[in-house]
Amino acid sequence: MGLEHAFGDSFITTQLDAVINWCRKNSLWPMPMGISCCAIEMMAFAGPRFDVSRFGSEVFRFSPRQSDVMIVAGTTTYKMAKVVRKIYDQMPDPKWVIAMGACTSSGGMYRTYSVVQGIDQFLPVDIYVAGCPPRPDNLIHALMALQKKVQRGESRGSFPAYVGDQKLNQPQPLPVKAG
Amino acid sequence: MNNALVVEKLKARFGEKTVEFHEFRGELTVVVPKETIVDVCQLLKEDAELQFDLLADLCGIDMYTPAKRFGVIYNLYSLKNKHRIRIKTFVEEEDTRLASVTKVWGTADWHERETYDMFGIVFEGHPDLRRVYMPEEFEYHPLRKDFPLMGIPGSLPLPKK
Repeated sequence: MGLEHAFGDSFITTQLDAVINWCRKNSLWPMPMGISCCAIEMMAFAGPRFDVSRFGSEVFRFSPRQSDVMIVAGTTTYKMAKVVRKIYDQMPDPKWVIAMGACTSSGGMYRTYSVVQGIDQFLPVDIYVAGCPPRPDNLIHALMALQKKVQRGESRGSFPAYVGDQKLNQPQPLPVKAG
Repeated sequence: MNNALVVEKLKARFGEKTVEFHEFRGELTVVVPKETIVDVCQLLKEDAELQFDLLADLCGIDMYTPAKRFGVIYNLYSLKNKHRIRIKTFVEEEDTRLASVTKVWGTADWHERETYDMFGIVFEGHPDLRRVYMPEEFEYHPLRKDFPLMGIPGSLPLPKK
């Protein structure tokens, strides 16, 4: 590569998209949507033993405005679905969703009238985590799988995490009116 | 204090015909007509010897029978005498109204709201009879025997994807 040769060891050349996606994947701030017992494993995932800060996701934000990935951890009832969706809608783009555990992914053992049989009925889910509840290792695995998606610029819910040539067939952010 | 005293007091006040007694392994169950429920509760709570001052639980039941379909069960405890009894009363499917005991025990408030939510029993005289678990716009009563386990499609709306 001619340019790198000219600059020497102090510079690398790359694409802006790749750099931004690399930054994003290593600072995925979670929105902890801890609805039931999976939330306990999510706390272990954040705590010192499993230590998710090794992956840059230790900053649990209790405000959707400051979050990148929503970890839906627990049985989601129809009554709660509205709340989950509202919080998801408040998160800024680009955003991702992890469905943690059997209940969240499919209703799990709660095959009843009150529990949504999988949150993908009302949310775009990027990663599903198996287990009841999943071990924290499993959630870390999900986060690592999500990091690969982020690096590729993929997101099920928001416009893709590209900055340069945005794909036109994907949903675009609404233009903001000045004044 | 023992069950015999409770039976004696209730018989003296309400007569043998209206109140029904069952005893099983030392546990007393009293079945009363729905019109007298508040008076029975008042007596059991305020009588100096009985003092059933704690309503431990109040729940509904669906017998799924043509007559006396729905029941309400009151589990009482006397802190002073360390004694428990159970009261039952039944209502018809066509007329699920029943007098509220919130005036006797304040704790009946949320228990009656739950029973209303799950079985559709209307507690008259309740200060604020709203649903507890299900969304307020929900039209059914899920713990009734004729309610399907997976619910009625479309009765609980989900947000749009």
